[in-house]
Amino acid sequence: MKVSMTVNGKTYTRDVEPRMLLVHFLRDELGMTGTNIGCDTSQCGACTIHMNGMAVKSCTTLAVQADGATITTIEGLANGSELHPMQKAFWENHGLQCGYCTPGMIMAATKLVENNPNMTEAEIRHGLEGNICRCTGYENIVRSVKAAAAQMGGGD
Amino acid sequence: MSTDLSGIPQFSGARIRRREDPALITGQGKYTADFHEDGTLHLAFVRSPYAHARILGVDSAEAAGMAGVVAVLTGADINDNLAKGVPSGTPVGHAPYSEGKQPPRQVLSTEKVRFVGEAVAVVVATSPAAAADAVETIFVDYEPLDVVVEPETALAAGAPIIHEAWDNNVAFRWGPIGGEVAEIFANAAHAVTLRVENQRVIANALEPRAVFASHDGVSGVTTVWSTTQSPHGTRDDLAAALGIEADQLRVIAPEVGGGFGVKGSVYGEEIIATYLSRQMGKPIKWVATRSEDYVSTYHGRGQTDVIRLAADENGRFLAADLQILFDCGGYYSGIAPIIPTLTVLMMCGVYAMPVIRAEITAVFTNKHPAEPYRGAGRPEAAYLIERAVAALATEMGMDPAELRRRNYIAPDVFPYTTPSGAVYDSGNYAPGLEKALALVGYDQLRQEQAARRASSDGKLMGIGLATYVEICGVGPWEMGSVYMDENAKVTVLTGSSPHGQGHETTWAQIAADALQIPLEDIVVKHGDTAIIPRGIGTFGSRSTAIAGSSVHNNALSVRDKARQLAAYLLEAAEVDVVLENGRFQVVGVPERGLSWGDVAAAAGGDNLPEALQGGLESDTDFAPDGSLYPFGTHVAVVEVDPETGIVEIVRYLTVDDCGVVINPLLAEGQVHGGLAQGIGQALYEGSRYDELGNLLTGSLIDYALPRSDNFPHFETHRTETPTPLNPLGAKGIGEAATIGSMPTIVNAVVDALAHLGVRHVDMPLTAEKLWRVIHSRQ
Repeated sequence: MKVSMTVNGKTYTRDVEPRMLLVHFLRDELGMTGTNIGCDTSQCGACTIHMNGMAVKSCTTLAVQADGATITTIEGLANGSELHPMQKAFWENHGLQCGYCTPGMIMAATKLVENNPNMTEAEIRHGLEGNICRCTGYENIVRSVKAAAAQMGGGD
Repeated sequence: MSTDLSGIPQFSGARIRRREDPALITGQGKYTADFHEDGTLHLAFVRSPYAHARILGVDSAEAAGMAGVVAVLTGADINDNLAKGVPSGTPVGHAPYSEGKQPPRQVLSTEKVRFVGEAVAVVVATSPAAAADAVETIFVDYEPLDVVVEPETALAAGAPIIHEAWDNNVAFRWGPIGGEVAEIFANAAHAVTLRVENQRVIANALEPRAVFASHDGVSGVTTVWSTTQSPHGTRDDLAAALGIEADQLRVIAPEVGGGFGVKGSVYGEEIIATYLSRQMGKPIKWVATRSEDYVSTYHGRGQTDVIRLAADENGRFLAADLQILFDCGGYYSGIAPIIPTLTVLMMCGVYAMPVIRAEITAVFTNKHPAEPYRGAGRPEAAYLIERAVAALATEMGMDPAELRRRNYIAPDVFPYTTPSGAVYDSGNYAPGLEKALALVGYDQLRQEQAARRASSDGKLMGIGLATYVEICGVGPWEMGSVYMDENAKVTVLTGSSPHGQGHETTWAQIAADALQIPLEDIVVKHGDTAIIPRGIGTFGSRSTAIAGSSVHNNALSVRDKARQLAAYLLEAAEVDVVLENGRFQVVGVPERGLSWGDVAAAAGGDNLPEALQGGLESDTDFAPDGSLYPFGTHVAVVEVDPETGIVEIVRYLTVDDCGVVINPLLAEGQVHGGLAQGIGQALYEGSRYDELGNLLTGSLIDYALPRSDNFPHFETHRTETPTPLNPLGAKGIGEAATIGSMPTIVNAVVDALAHLGVRHVDMPLTAEKLWRVIHSRQ
């Protein structure tokens, strides 16, 4: 099937199998390997991207469902060489170790803060429960998200 | 960044953010699954759905004809060429091992399967989807056999035999070691006996295992990208498995998405991918799905410990007696037999223990093989001794902190040899305990607990503490060479290949301090056997202490040679030249000096005296004289809801001591992650099997991996007791928090239930389990 979508500001059209997952489309068809695959049951969130303004697990979305969509992946989050405040905060606060969950974590956290820039620590922890990290114990991820929220101010 | 008296930045001890991160936060980091070449063929494995069965036949006729399928192979097709099989099991033929068996493990099983997930065939296809589709059509004719799941059952008379070359399921026995304890226990004023399970868990590195092998027919070299903690070990083991020379392989560990021990050994999938790439002349790739990872990557832990602890009327320990039952699973993993021996080695914990006795029985069962997992035998040791100490305190009616104080090894007796044979390098246990108790407000907490118990206000409050010690920093050596080029830029090569630890940042800090040059002038390389001549790897909390010390020493050697060179160039006596503020200076003559750039530019010159030729480089491995023993005290405050059994961690506080810390930001990160895995095992995790050997926790839906809302904020503190065994004074911190946190949490939860008469509950302390315990007592 023919699908067309805008990824990180550029439009791509490809002929794909109907069963192809969006994450495989991004990784294998477009060569954007920044989005990682950590599970096969939609638990880990490593594959989280932004689709039409929402944080979406790209392993739970078919490529054909994204036909016509506007997508941002971790590769497109920074504004050129200027890191997104969430990326900066993860760097400053040691919010990552092996880095495998990080793209999905950053994409999920970004939307979380955009939707509610004034979260309590408990709200941040609850908001990120769809993203698993095995390295950091979440301590510095929570710290990073708090720091980014302060930078991102009123969201939007 | 702090500064020393001379104004030169002191990088060691500074909270420097990682140079690794810019790639990882922008999606530019490359993991094994991200590598691709045109013409790549993909593997999918046919895995046994039975825990124990005979293989009567494999029918792959339909698969062979499917679109995209290039080959379907069974053990009959490839095992003869891979006769050494999967590397499994350190030797068990010498004392104190006895009855040791060393069963072989085929890369693809041909006669029997011994656990669910064991590979029996492989499909090679042009896409992962085509390979997976073909696997679905392959019919393996199995004759199911009786299954042995529990280690106790495996030992029983008449149990089904897993390896039929022998007549029982004992993998090995070890010991007994130690002295006579029967009389001590018979006459002791106080004694406790605890049977504690250290359940099997699954490491769950977020990156599933993967391998990508690409053979170059011209050079004869196969490049293998692997999710490994040890590229050189992988290269050597792959070469042995394939019967080729190591220089015919180049192994690359690119970004590796967590390891935790189970990415330390070579697996069958890597052997097959490498072999097929060489046979077929094609790039070959295999990437595990998460669910496949659960049944194809080694599990961790899995031992049952019976610990007895005796004390005199004052609570001074008299003896400890330990019996370990270790569950190997269906085969040995890479180094499984050493795991329970480390438990014995560390069974005395931080305590002066006059006499011990210990023995191990290891068995084969129809479960996935078990491998070292974050701590590898030491969490088990800390858990059993710290649980026993807590139980003894309860039995004696003594505060558990006081009982610990009375028995700590005194700070003035190090190096200290325990009766189990460990030689503790340095230690000072009481200050960490007192610091932790003061920070958490221990006395007030005990008062609050008493008041709440008296008023029965609902939730059950518990306070748990543990003082752990562990062994880390294993040698025999590691590489951390230092090369300075003519522009005074430095390259550090290290054999300790990281998977999230931040070696590039830490090693640069170490080298920058020794050389007094900017961090930015240092590049750290690792993880590629074509660039790094040798190495052992990253495991056992060894890297900073061993590889870091090598970097330190080599950087000092480069500095010394540069100073000699500077003296020659300045026509000064060597003793009169010092490195000050990053400049080689003749003492007392400010105008006579050379920059690093001046010296580095001259270093390659042909006309130098012989002793000064050869450039500015140093490549001497660091080989430690002994192991390192980090320690610390953790405190947890928990609340158990008697209506639901749910445990809430109200506070968690650590005072860890890993000697000198190079980068506190990263060391704290190791503590946080270690805590999450220890607490995860204590409260949530476990690999559970049904009576037929099916892995019930075989996906992320079923396995309770901790999430962000399972944890409180972790309060981390330190004391600093340097080791005399390396020039940095550094020990290891990678596993310490996992080791300390398991007993801390269980001690806290059992403390919360102590007034109900509860003395022990086995991990994981799930809500259901605790609800049943509470309601059976009310």
